[in-house]
Amino acid sequence: MDDITLNQNPKLGSIDRPNSYIGRSLTRDGAIKHLEGRGQFVDDLILPRLVNLAFFRSPYAHAEIKSINIDKANKYPGVLNIYIAEDIDEVCKPWIGVLGHLGEMRSPEQSPLVKKTARWQGEPVAVVVANTRAQAEDAVEAIDIDWLEKEPQIDMETALEKDAVVIHKELGNNLFWTRTVEQGDVQKGFIEASTVVETTLDFARHTGVTLEPRGIVADWNKSEEKMTIYHNGQAPHMMQHIIAKHFNISEGLVRVVSKDVGGSFGIKVHVYGDEMAAISDSKLLGRPVKFVADRLESFTTDIHARCHKISGKLGLDDKGKIIAMEINDLSGIGPYSMYPRTSAIETNQVLNLSGAPYIIPNYKAVGTVVFQNKTPMCQYRAVGHPIAVAITEALVDKGAQAIGLRSDEIRKINFIPDNKYPNKTPSGVPLEDLSHQAAMNKLLKMMNIPDLEKQKQIDLKKGILTGFGVISMCEVTNPSPLFYGAGGAHISSQDGATIRLEGSGAVHVSSSITEQGQGTEAIMKQIAADQLGVSMDTIRVTLGDTDATPYGGGTWASRGAGIGGEALLKATRTLKNNILQIAAIIMQTDIGSLDIENNMVIRKNGGEGISLKKLAETVYYRGQELPQGTNPELIATSSFFIEGIPFVFTNSAMGCLLSIDQDTGLTKINKFWVVEDCGTQINPKLVEEQIKGGVVQGIGGALYEECVYDDQGNMQNATMADYLVPMAYEMPDIIVDHVVTNSGRSMIGAKGAGEAGTGGAPAVIMNAINNALFSLNKEVTSQPITPEKILRAIGKI
Amino acid sequence: MQGNKSIKINFTVNDEKFEDVMVSSRQHLGDYLRSVGLTGTHLGCEQGACGACTVEVDGKAVRSCLILSSQVNGSVIRTIEGLDDPVMKKVKKTFLKHNALQCGFCSSGMLMTTKEILNQKKHFNRDGIRKEISGNYCRCTGYQSIVDAIEESIATNMKDINNG
Repeated sequence: MDDITLNQNPKLGSIDRPNSYIGRSLTRDGAIKHLEGRGQFVDDLILPRLVNLAFFRSPYAHAEIKSINIDKANKYPGVLNIYIAEDIDEVCKPWIGVLGHLGEMRSPEQSPLVKKTARWQGEPVAVVVANTRAQAEDAVEAIDIDWLEKEPQIDMETALEKDAVVIHKELGNNLFWTRTVEQGDVQKGFIEASTVVETTLDFARHTGVTLEPRGIVADWNKSEEKMTIYHNGQAPHMMQHIIAKHFNISEGLVRVVSKDVGGSFGIKVHVYGDEMAAISDSKLLGRPVKFVADRLESFTTDIHARCHKISGKLGLDDKGKIIAMEINDLSGIGPYSMYPRTSAIETNQVLNLSGAPYIIPNYKAVGTVVFQNKTPMCQYRAVGHPIAVAITEALVDKGAQAIGLRSDEIRKINFIPDNKYPNKTPSGVPLEDLSHQAAMNKLLKMMNIPDLEKQKQIDLKKGILTGFGVISMCEVTNPSPLFYGAGGAHISSQDGATIRLEGSGAVHVSSSITEQGQGTEAIMKQIAADQLGVSMDTIRVTLGDTDATPYGGGTWASRGAGIGGEALLKATRTLKNNILQIAAIIMQTDIGSLDIENNMVIRKNGGEGISLKKLAETVYYRGQELPQGTNPELIATSSFFIEGIPFVFTNSAMGCLLSIDQDTGLTKINKFWVVEDCGTQINPKLVEEQIKGGVVQGIGGALYEECVYDDQGNMQNATMADYLVPMAYEMPDIIVDHVVTNSGRSMIGAKGAGEAGTGGAPAVIMNAINNALFSLNKEVTSQPITPEKILRAIGKI
Repeated sequence: MQGNKSIKINFTVNDEKFEDVMVSSRQHLGDYLRSVGLTGTHLGCEQGACGACTVEVDGKAVRSCLILSSQVNGSVIRTIEGLDDPVMKKVKKTFLKHNALQCGFCSSGMLMTTKEILNQKKHFNRDGIRKEISGNYCRCTGYQSIVDAIEESIATNMKDINNG
């Protein structure tokens, strides 16, 4: 795995030199701990006097508490205390999930526990603190609550009707947020169009299903007035800030530690009532408390995502050039907007990203987001992308069919050309450094569509419905302060890195980016070793601890390499310069004649060098040997955020070949191809793994995953046996290739790669299925595309 | 709570004898192992669906969430912490080489299942491997790199067996 994929970025120096690590698929040696069973997940942690929590959760989607009786439960063995909303509210201030930069959002105040009215099944109502989780669960069963059941508002499509149940009376109706984006003159565009195609797509609710459930250990130390949190989150500094604010603790006295995290995908970057209640319990009791969700709690309280119905219209001229696009999206977000990111962002991304690869002069997008009595919905991997890409690519395929073009031809006609960047999405969002043309050309070579067409005809004669499809897409990565900060959210778009030389010549790196398995530790090592000129085993990395790392946003929105990596690159170059300055004094030469290779300061023109070990020893232990005024800083910290644009976009092209069993309705994905452009790849293997894992999560959304509710708001499939996720046997091998267009916004040139797969796979699968069904003049428009939906589409049931 | 009793049992975990251990009659084996610090066994669903908690009991891969600790009296148990035989050491290196894990939460179960695959001393093609691990959930990798690692592990193991 030591192949150099591409000489990617001249700004980083020649790849043909010692300690050239950026761009190489080095193994992620730090991961060995997981293969030895020595990871440090939250539930692995035991602290002295640790107690455990279990929650009483609302059994109803909408109900009022008439009375709570905890007397019997309080007497259960091992129970220390039972808290309800009024206890928790004494130590934890409520929150509101709205932001100011995207037009008016309306969501009520939320507290950790239900005060009077429960608004989704699973909402936490009371919390039992006991010596063991089993004891706490026993006592939960003995809590007696008298409920007044209320009619729930389940269906998002009726949420704004006159006779809808209004979930929050004070708001008057169930509207959370609406936004219209308009560029050009869409009405005129459709008049000019010779062909207009339309479709309406449904996307079911699904959820992240991290294999490790959400978990927290909160440890309030009264003597220091310090709150230490062990949390399997993605953004430790954000949590530190929020905990300080809502528990009225000085931020310096809140420490958040996020070590190993068993999958996150956006699920673990939000503020959850049960976790805030756990922190409250520790503060009230003065003891460390642990809460780890069980799988039922995960399904009913982890944020859900998608839940969209979108209609779209595309107008084209007779040559297939797109003149106008219009979309109208409706989404249901549960009863509250999540804090602090809000639940508006998925819809906002749909409005921003639809049509993004193409020149579309006239564009209109309307988004409407409503409340309903289901689990809250918020940002999950590839936020909004699956909807935006699917509606765009479904319409483009329909346009091609109507005009008589191949699906690749119509895309080529309409792409923003690779040499016409900077440019803008049809919605007006700035785009830079993209390569749709190059990516599609590469994809088509890999796929060999004429061969696939032949295969399809042969299969059809055998009664097998075979289909293939292609899509192009943009992925939002590396957000700038314009994403959240501009709206008033205290979510850092900046990340920091510190690097120091230690007395033995070892190098220590700390970064505000966190690790959930993407390989943050590995790429940080590669960047530091590469840019400093030391061997990989010299570097040790600390992540996920607000007491030990610089301030920063953490890991979300595919920002680790592009933002955190750039911060470390800058810090490393500063450290290198400091080292060379000291070396120039010791070696009595000028700094320009020196470099660092293989842990040695070397003279470029030959001659004796000095090891970093010796240099560090001189500075740290024998400073008297250096002239007065020598800068002894063998440590450097740098920060970075993206300036001038809202996001650094990447692009991908994807293709899929699949076949459909007409008797069972089962879809089998035979081949899946991806060409993506994330700029500099620090570790190509790890990029590939992000793409593949992302694609499979996207296949889940496209074919299997759905949070099924009955008409009373009861989730019907809240177990891993009933909620279907992709398992190994059904998944294809995925072929990945790249185009490399470095981002001009940083020296490192890296963009993000974490979400394209999840964003694009649902669209290409739907296009391929509809390609297969085209010969029957049938189509599917609702995800997940279950066997039942296919059988209904082809008239078998 | 009703019917919860303590039961005295003996068993072996990773070659260490656990003698006259009092276990709760309603505690599953996964919870017991974790309670004695063997936290490498992870609990993902506690209903036998995800495979993360797989351990070896008397030579067979078993969901530790589906067996009560009181059922392992006299048994020989092996967990992720005890996979240090030469074959599994190689397997771990191969997993690392192929980056056959991301977050690591499923890895213990995947390795335990891989051990059972290798114990069969059979050649499995990629589809066969996918079938064998279809009871182990991984949300991160998309499975391909895991299949790569197991494929290479089978080949290496068969070669080692043939070479005696």
